[in-house]
Order: sequence, then structure tokens, then C-alpha cells
Amino acid sequence: MGARHALSLRLTINGTRHDITSDPDTPLVYVLRDELKMKGTKLGCGLEQCGACAVLVDGKVVLSCVTPVEVFDGQAITTIEGIADTEVGQRVQQAFVKETAAQCGYCTSGLVIAATALLSEDAAPDEETTKTALTPHLCRCGSHPRVLKAIKEAAST
Amino acid sequence: MSLDAYPKVSDWITVEDSQFLVHTGKVDIGQRISTALLRIVQEELALPLSFVDIAPVRTGTAPDEGITSGSNSIEQSGRAVASAAATLRKHLMDAAVAQHGGMLADWSLLDGYIQRGGTNLRIALTEIARDLPPDLRVDPSLPRHIGSSAPTAAMRGIAEMVEGRFTFLHDLDLPGMWHARRVSPPHARAKLREIEQTAIERVTAKRLRIVRDGSFLAVAGPREWDVVKAATTLGLACSWDVGDGFPETDVFAQLVPENAQRFPVIKGTPQKAPVPDPVPAPDLSARFERPYQMHGALAPSAALAEWTGDRLILKSHSQGIYPLRQAIADSLDLPLEQIEITHVPGSGCYGHNGADDAAYEAALIAVALPDTPILLKWTREDEHAWEPYAPAMAVQVDATLSDGRITTLSAEAFSDTHRGRPRPGPNRAGPAKLLANRFHEYAMDPYVAPPNMGTHGGMHRNLDPIYDFPETRLVKNLVQGLPHRTSAMRCLGAVANIFALESLMDEAADSAGVEPITFRRRQLSDTRAIAVLDELERRLPSPGEGVGRGIAYAQYKNAMTRVGIAVDLTVTDAAAVVLERVTLVADAGRVIDPDGLTAQLEGGVMQAASWALYEEVTWDRDGITSRDWDSYPVIRFDNVPAFDITLLDAPQSPSVGAGEASPGPTVAAIANAIFHCTGLRLRRMPFTPDALTRAALAT
Repeated sequence: MGARHALSLRLTINGTRHDITSDPDTPLVYVLRDELKMKGTKLGCGLEQCGACAVLVDGKVVLSCVTPVEVFDGQAITTIEGIADTEVGQRVQQAFVKETAAQCGYCTSGLVIAATALLSEDAAPDEETTKTALTPHLCRCGSHPRVLKAIKEAAST
Repeated sequence: MSLDAYPKVSDWITVEDSQFLVHTGKVDIGQRISTALLRIVQEELALPLSFVDIAPVRTGTAPDEGITSGSNSIEQSGRAVASAAATLRKHLMDAAVAQHGGMLADWSLLDGYIQRGGTNLRIALTEIARDLPPDLRVDPSLPRHIGSSAPTAAMRGIAEMVEGRFTFLHDLDLPGMWHARRVSPPHARAKLREIEQTAIERVTAKRLRIVRDGSFLAVAGPREWDVVKAATTLGLACSWDVGDGFPETDVFAQLVPENAQRFPVIKGTPQKAPVPDPVPAPDLSARFERPYQMHGALAPSAALAEWTGDRLILKSHSQGIYPLRQAIADSLDLPLEQIEITHVPGSGCYGHNGADDAAYEAALIAVALPDTPILLKWTREDEHAWEPYAPAMAVQVDATLSDGRITTLSAEAFSDTHRGRPRPGPNRAGPAKLLANRFHEYAMDPYVAPPNMGTHGGMHRNLDPIYDFPETRLVKNLVQGLPHRTSAMRCLGAVANIFALESLMDEAADSAGVEPITFRRRQLSDTRAIAVLDELERRLPSPGEGVGRGIAYAQYKNAMTRVGIAVDLTVTDAAAVVLERVTLVADAGRVIDPDGLTAQLEGGVMQAASWALYEEVTWDRDGITSRDWDSYPVIRFDNVPAFDITLLDAPQSPSVGAGEASPGPTVAAIANAIFHCTGLRLRRMPFTPDALTRAALAT
């Protein structure tokens, strides 16, 4: 970290390669939103405390609001815009709609990402496992019970 | 009321292309008012969802319905839109008969069309509607057509939300737009002395612009991350005159009668009259306290502003675009017509957060940088440290008991104002409530609110007990000059008042040796309240081993949704409260959107559980110390109970708002459950492991 790259960074996002012109110290979320105009990933705290900015890096949940983009050089990133490319992602989205698992919706991108990662690892997680996986994610409207229901629903379909 | 100011059908419903467009001054803040309004029009005119939409809420075109608050939207906008739709229905039917013959009874509405039975004559409603006179007046006396076959609409925007396509204000991206951040003082009493010249040079060398007016300081530029870094650079380069610092006072010690403007409260309304004498020799006496708490929106406040030289075009997630427009016009000395504000959703706000302040600040930056759209975002730290908080509050309750009933109740509420929204008023009240006006070179003093004398307004909301106590003595105590700026947060005073009353009811039931539901039922004459408690009792499973159960009941503002709740919880060896199960029964009158209503009740429980167990604003002489989600913890997924929610539909009764109905009783039910689990009576929120441990050591 910290070293300036003479060459541009390259990210694979939702299967598409992008040459990145932002400074290498730019946290990934600003690259996604500001340079690439992909606004689905949300900026919540910029402190890795709320989970609104979650993306998948090689299938794992990563919060994108602090770590500089250069750390992700060459890695495969999935954002909310690409989550429907997997069958699990689609099921999670459908279940969130069916259970109306959102109120204002600001935490929803991050939760759909986290739920997809969870169900990709463990097709039928118990409630405690689900709760633990979602604990890095804040929801202030109190849609928690519906989110848990949606994940259960997605796991059973 | 909404209809008095906007009496025409076309104020509420118009036809655009082949759709009906519903106009409202109420904004969606996650509470699904737009879904409910669409549902009302769908039902009345038997429309599929594709035939109806909601117009943008914009000054100049939307009805001015003040602030979206107090759970009033469904009663105000909902009633107006329903009456407008009923009027429209009547005139559509009449027009069909006039144009195509037959009797009224021959015609019916289905799927967006009007059709004549026994024929294949079928006309789109929008087509007939276009020819109706534009000045048609709403007839509020017309009967409603409800329970049509229109399917319940999914929540508006849900599909876009799960796909990341829903546009929040924070996502707007106009051509040529610049990002902006503020550079905040350490605290509200600090003044900016100077900024190191080298830092200014470093920032401006990157072609960023610094905007300063007195102690108001911001930086703007085309790339967001550059702006974030520049704001940090400038923040470190500022020297501040911090004066005497923040007062490190114990706010609860100040919430006492000696510091207060005092008003007896009769039937929910404060009176300018002497305060009656205290209850002599009460059987129960206790004081309940709530600290300063924050709205803590997940997305820090933001606004987009552009100044074209003669027009200020703003996008804001404010709950009141008309009052905000007035306050900004008064602040900038601009005519109202030169300012246009459109509501664009932010994240859930739960009351008056930084939205209005951010809008004004974006305007200040835009005026300094004309012809450039400016998207200002507050940081997490800005929101935590600068939003107007829910005021700290104390409620002293004293009661006498006789024959297993409360015979006298005295309740005295103490707090600073709950009224900090930038509504216009004497002495430039609107501008005085916008934060940046305190930082200008010619700064305005902090706003001092007059006492709210409205029925169930402010701190005395739900101070009046819903029970049939033979004697009551209720007092509002307004204490001003406390450390923090405060304003409206979900439920206002009802949280602390219901926490106090329902905790007292639990103590009284306990001392009378009566089951808590029975104890409450005995002192209620409202049959719908009794029905709620009966149903709650029926639905309660027997509590498990080691589980404490707490009961509470309340009717929001003693006039809106009735909620009976039971919270089952356990307490760990580390004194942490684990929520196990919530059983809730509600009566909100006629139910329009059952799923939306349930969501509001659940969300209210979760937010109140967060207030009850985790949340407290902290500060020291150098400023606010609860500046992020670590220093201001809130509820997370690891403490979500199971839910059982029952709605008692009352089809013949008016629909009443429910967004603020469940929090008050939730806090009380949690406190009562902790008592039944541990024997510890907690009277100051939040009920943290530390608080439980302290209570245990004190016994």
C-alpha cells in the first residue's frame, strides 16, 4: 500500500474488466460510485462499521469503504449490480422482494451481498449462523425480522 | 387540514399520459406512505398498479402539507387522496352515463376501465378523466369504495432496492457536478480562527475550492475522494477558539422543577395556570430517565444544490420541503419563487435529522460556486456529532393505590424542546434553526423554542394516562439552555412518558399481586383497548425457563394506534439482555396496507429496543464523543427476537398512523421484562450490561 503505480489498475467487476484511473489510495467504494458510476454499493460510514458498502471479492464479503483500490488490483469483484448473475443471488433478491425485507432500503445492497455470500457457503444455515453473518450490517429502520425471514425463504427454495 | 387548502380533485389526482398521478406533500421516509396512497387510489378506482403513480414531491407543484411527521400522513394526505379519488369515481361514472347512456347501475370499474354490463363497451378511465372539468372540487362526504379486487401492491421501490437500482439522493450524479464536504468545528461553541496557509495551498493546488463564511468551512471539487482527503487536510490545519468548551454537566441533575417553565397538563394540553400541589404520601414514587439519543440515519445527511444566478435548485431528503424553502429564503434573503426544492429519498430518518441543515449548507456552497451542481454529503462523524438529538428527558411519577387499583397518578415530564425544525416564525425562527447560521461571520444565536402548548405535542405526548385513574396531576417542565441542540425524533416525549407510566403500572400490579394484563384491563374502559389486551393474552405462549416477560400497553397520543406488547427476554451471565420473543397486538383502525403496517410496528419495536438497550449520546468538554457506530452502539442482527404480530382490523373506523405506536410500549415492556427476569428495576435508559451490573450492586 502507499506505493504509486505507474500503470493503471485493473479490476474485474461483475465479469467485466475495467481500467481504473482513480488514485491508487482511493477506497474501492469511491471508485465504484464516482469513477464507474455504479451507485448500487452504498457509502454509509466510511469506517467499516455499518456494512452498507459490502461487495464480494472472490466470493467473500468485503467492506469497500476503507481499503484502497490498489489492494484489489486484478481481483474479481461482484457488486449488487452483478449479484443476479448467480442463481443464489437471484434467489436472495426474490426472497427479499417476497418478504418486503427493506424499509428505506439503504442497507439492502449490503444485506443482499452478505446473504448471497452466506448461502453460497452454507445452503441451509441455522438462525444463529445467519445472525452472526449479518451482524456487521446495520439496519436502522428495523427490517431485521424480515431480512432473517427472507434468508430462510431463500435457503429453502 | 390538507383538503381546506387544496380543495380541487386536480390538487391530488391528475392524469398524465395514460396514468393517474397522485400528488402529495408527504414524503416517503421508509414508512411506505406512497405505497399506502397508491393503494387507496387503486382500491377506489379499481386500478392495476400500472395505471397509477406518485408525482415527485416538489415545491410549487405538490400540496403544501407541512412536515411528514407525527404519524399523521395517512390521516391527512390519506384522507384527502381518498376523498379526491371517491369524487373522481363519481364523476367518471356520471360522465360514462352521460356520454354512452344506460343507468349508473349498468356501469362498473375494472382494471383501469369502465365497462357497461352486457355490452362490450369498455373505456379507459384516464380517457374519460381527461375531459372532466379541471376545477372539480373534492366532495369529502362521498362514500368510499374499498376492498376492491386490486391486489396488494408490493412496496414501492422494493425491486429496485434489492437490485441496487433505487436512487437515493446520495446517488445523484449530474453532468458537471461537484462533491462537497464540510470541515466541522470541534463543537458548537467553537469559532474558526485561521487555517494554515500551506494547507490552503495544498488543497487549491488540486483545483479544489474552499468555501468559508465565518466558522462555516467547506471544500468542493469534481472527485469525491479528493474532496474527502482535502476536508481532512483542512480539518487538521484549522485553529479554533474553543472558548470554555462544552459544558460537562450532568443533564439529569438539571431536569428539575427549579430550572423549568412549568405548565399543568389537562386532557393532553398544557395550561398557563399554577401547578397543583404534589401528591401527599404516594404509595409508589419513581423517576425515569432517557439520555440524549440520536436519529442515527444509516446514510449521513446529504443535499444537492445548484445556483444559476437567479434560481436555487435543491434536492433534499427533508421531511418538510415547504418550511425548509421558507427558512432558506429567509436566510439568503431570496424571494420564495427563486427556490425550488424537490424531495429525493435519503435513508430512513426517524424525525428531524441533519437533512435540513445539509440542504442549507449545500445552498451556501452552491451560491459561492455558481452554475455547478453541488452534492454535499455529511460524514458519519458529522451526522453523529451535529444532528439535532432527541432531548434528554426525565419523568417523575407518583401514585396512590387502593384495592388493587391506582387512585391518583402524578406525572411530571422534564426536557428541553422537541421542536427544532426550521419552521418559520417570529425573530427569524426558521433561519435560527439551521445549523450553518450559527457559524456565519454574523452568527445567529441558538434558537430558543417557546413552549409547545399543543395537545399531546412535544414532551407531554402521552403524559396523560390512557387509564381511568380517579385523579391525575400532570405537569410539563420545559428546561432550556441545556448542552445540545434538540428536535423531533420518532414519538417525541411519548417514549419516556410511556416508559415511566407502564413501568409504574408493572410495579403497581406487582405490589397489588395482580397479573399485569389483568391489572391494566381493570382500569381501562375503552373496549378496543380491552380487545387488544384480550388478544395479547390469548396469543402468549408460556414463557420458557429463565425467561422474563414484560407487558406494556399504550395508544399513541391517546388517539391513534393501540398497541399491547409482551417482550420475552433473558439476561446473560455478562448482564447482557437477549431479546427472545415479541408478541404484539395492534388496532390501527381500518387497515390499508397490512404488510406495511406490520413493518412499521416491527421497525418501531427494533428501534425502541435499540434505544432501550444500547443508545446514548456522550460528550466531554472537547465535544461529542459518540461519533461513530463503535462509540454509539445500536442494535444489530445478533439481538433480533422472534415476532408474532396481530392486527385487529376495524373496517368501520378511520385509519390511523402506526409508525410511532410501538416504540413507547416496547421500551417499557423491556424494562418490565428485565425486572421479571432479574428483580432489577431499571429506570434510566439504556439498559446496558453496565447499568444492570450497577443496579445489581446497589440492591
